[in-house]
Amino acid sequence: MSTATLYGLCSAVLVGLGLFGLIVHPQPLRKILAFNLIGGGVFLLFGVVACRGAGMGFGGDPVPHALVITGLVVAFAATALAVALLLRLFEQTGQATLRSDR
Amino acid sequence: MAFDTGLVLLVLGVAVWTIVARDTFAAVVGFVAYGLLLALVWVRLAAPDVALTEAAIGSGVTGVLLLGASTRLRRTETSGAGEKPGITLRLAAGMLCALVSAGVAAIVLKFPEPAPTLAPHTAANIAATGLGNPVTAVLMAYRAIDTLLETVVLLLALVGIWSLAPDRVWGGFPGARHHADPEGVLTFIAQLLVPMGILVGIHIFWIGSVAPGGEFQGATILAAMWILAMMAGLVDAPSVSRRWLRLLLVAGPTVFLAIGLAGFAMAGAFLAYPAPYAKLLIVTIEVPVTLSIAATLALLVAGPAERAPQR
Repeated sequence: MSTATLYGLCSAVLVGLGLFGLIVHPQPLRKILAFNLIGGGVFLLFGVVACRGAGMGFGGDPVPHALVITGLVVAFAATALAVALLLRLFEQTGQATLRSDR
Repeated sequence: MAFDTGLVLLVLGVAVWTIVARDTFAAVVGFVAYGLLLALVWVRLAAPDVALTEAAIGSGVTGVLLLGASTRLRRTETSGAGEKPGITLRLAAGMLCALVSAGVAAIVLKFPEPAPTLAPHTAANIAATGLGNPVTAVLMAYRAIDTLLETVVLLLALVGIWSLAPDRVWGGFPGARHHADPEGVLTFIAQLLVPMGILVGIHIFWIGSVAPGGEFQGATILAAMWILAMMAGLVDAPSVSRRWLRLLLVAGPTVFLAIGLAGFAMAGAFLAYPAPYAKLLIVTIEVPVTLSIAATLALLVAGPAERAPQR
């Protein structure tokens, strides 16, 4: 098994783990955290694709690398917005829950 | 290979920790470690530009944001205990996620040979941009529109966060005013680290045209230095209604868009650069974009206004 395949399988497990956390954790902050875990796995998959496309003296295909850099920044912006919404919910209601019956 | 196997096991171990840890704060600490380990993985995958971004944004700034939020929400941790899903749902979720993982793994094992790549196209045209770093060339020339839209997305996220401020503090100062002990270790570290960090940030930005680095990585380091200075109480966060702040935030996207539109006249297409001036134009875009991104990232962490503006 090549190094790229090894990291590819790692990214597959990370996506599954993150998805599990997203479903089973009741606290919104844990869901945000789990979603970022999925993101890490997806970006890693891009990295594996880039690594396999190495050539012309580059260590990897630069196009997926650029996409991941853009993706990381956007993922951070989305996380910051989600956290701000959650903190506002907490400030307004005194709780941080997604349950609608209270 | 042994190193890679060990690294994968560590990444997976830390990932499991962030999911199963009881305490949210501990889970976030696990996430920061996860980001740093992923940065190592990126180095192993020959992607130093991404490694820098992952360490700075994916682990560093996201970590600060989530650590702050978990401290504020600590009180609510116990109340969520009654909402834990039952064993049936957990089992079903586990099976679904195993299936998703197996699907992704199957794709990884069935990747086409030879691998599709755009590296030859990048290599063929990189001379025209005057840049030495292929990733920067993709970000600033071939896929410049992605980068332009990304700077706009960052601004939109900030507008979204600012609009969460209650009426009584509208246009005020984000977060609490931090007061650290002036003789304390945090103040000392901030005084020592901020000037050096600013230099490192500018260096990483500048070197990005020929070596690993670039505007996002440099901007994140600059943002981190501003956040550190605010946390140590050396400076206060600016009131979000300040004119200079608004100008700083939109300067990057505005210059980017203006040069992009000028591309119609100069080279016949949106975001096209005439070859002799390509590098000059790219740097002209990158300087304000770096400053705008740095300010936006720091203010995204600072959050919505919480203190009324002084009148």
